[in-house]
Amino acid sequence: MIIATNVSKEFGKFSALTDVSFTCSKGECIALIGPNGSGKTTLIKSILGMAVCNQGFITFNGHNIKHDCNYRNQIGYMPQIGRYPDNMTIRQLFSMMKDIRQRWTNRLDVELVEKFGLVPLMHKRMRTLSGGTRQKVSAALAFMFTPEVLILDEPTAGLDPLSAEILKEKIATVHQQGKLVLITSHILSELDELVTQVIYMQEGRLLFHKTISQLREDTGQLKLSKAIASVMRKETAI
Amino acid sequence: MRKIVKYVVIDILRNRIMIAYAILLLLLSLSLYALEDNTAKAMLDLLNIVLIIVPLVSLLFSVIYIYNSAEFLELLVSQPLKRGMIWLSIFYGLVLSLCLTFLLGVGLPVLFFDLSATAAMLVLTGLFLTVIFIAIAMLAAVKVRDKAKGIGIAILLWIYFTVLFDGLVLFLLFQFADYPVEKPMVAISMFNPVDIGRIMILLRMDESALMGYTGAIFRNFFGTGTGVVISFFVLLLWVFIPAMLSVRKFKNKDL
Repeated sequence: MIIATNVSKEFGKFSALTDVSFTCSKGECIALIGPNGSGKTTLIKSILGMAVCNQGFITFNGHNIKHDCNYRNQIGYMPQIGRYPDNMTIRQLFSMMKDIRQRWTNRLDVELVEKFGLVPLMHKRMRTLSGGTRQKVSAALAFMFTPEVLILDEPTAGLDPLSAEILKEKIATVHQQGKLVLITSHILSELDELVTQVIYMQEGRLLFHKTISQLREDTGQLKLSKAIASVMRKETAI
Repeated sequence: MRKIVKYVVIDILRNRIMIAYAILLLLLSLSLYALEDNTAKAMLDLLNIVLIIVPLVSLLFSVIYIYNSAEFLELLVSQPLKRGMIWLSIFYGLVLSLCLTFLLGVGLPVLFFDLSATAAMLVLTGLFLTVIFIAIAMLAAVKVRDKAKGIGIAILLWIYFTVLFDGLVLFLLFQFADYPVEKPMVAISMFNPVDIGRIMILLRMDESALMGYTGAIFRNFFGTGTGVVISFFVLLLWVFIPAMLSVRKFKNKDL
């Protein structure tokens, strides 16, 4: 569904992504893992077209994303830090997003809006919301338009345990519906039950892309966190 | 596109600074017309104020607004919308709301007190300057990532267009005082939209008789129909060139 070919991205002299290639297909749940500053968010932004890659190209369902913006209808994106216009209320924000995307999807999924208890907060302005509530708004927006692909950047960071659990359940449900889910997270233990594949990045390079069972086999560890830790140790040893 | 323009306009018109700007313009024009018996004199004062305040407010407000909507832009870019369209929507939103405020503050009093062709020209020039300086502000904001730097550049641009440029022209005039520089002066004035507006309106007033030989040359150009058409065409260029450049830059910007 998403194919990246030799994608490179430089910010001035600093190269954030070097020659990254991968393929993701429907029904997969992929974890993007790597140390801080390894280019995970840049990769996600390149897929969304927010960062324009210097070299290489990304295709979505066979179309180069550079020439067509409509592929973003099929993506629900939850940013690492949700930043919204300060003066907008949650209701206005939702209605604006509906305006932008409504003509593409008729089915709205408001399950998260209800479960996160956002309904009584609808009249509040974005600037008055706490970081966690903003995260909830981001998550609710990402799932609202029943997209085929979900891209979640640190989805549970800043959420309380109960909300994080609700979100994880939601991710599991959409994954079972056969949608493609891309997650970055530092909390590896919570990815254990969700992901089917792992992409590991370091210093802007993609080091490996494996299924989770293969990773377990290669490292001899059952838990994802231990497996990744052993990979990282090996990397630093080299 | 219309919907995003709508959101931008609603957002700006609720802004307190916009309300203050409208009230300031309204007070200035009302008091000038009320104090002066001679409407032509009142308009000359109004012209001088418009030529200074309109570029300043349009530049600064637009630059700050664009930097403050960085989040909004980020949000829109991740949605199925064309980048050029997003940027133009912000541009149209700014143009609509600032022009509306200007019409309220200057257009309305002019309509009541002084309904002449020259006054209409003053309002038209003010509108043009508003749009031009929004376009320039958008170009500055898209080129410079840092907010403080961007605002600084906006202030410098304003000083350049309202003060420095005239100083430079004066300097050139003195340097080449022995040569016939009147005709090149017409061409040089095209490089500053504020000057184009000023000359166009001054020449329609009686005060232009005080400008001597240069005034006569200017009148030969700006006073004719073709001269006015060319000046307005140049003003249009001042809108399109910065606007198009900023759209091109925004299309390849990383957010």
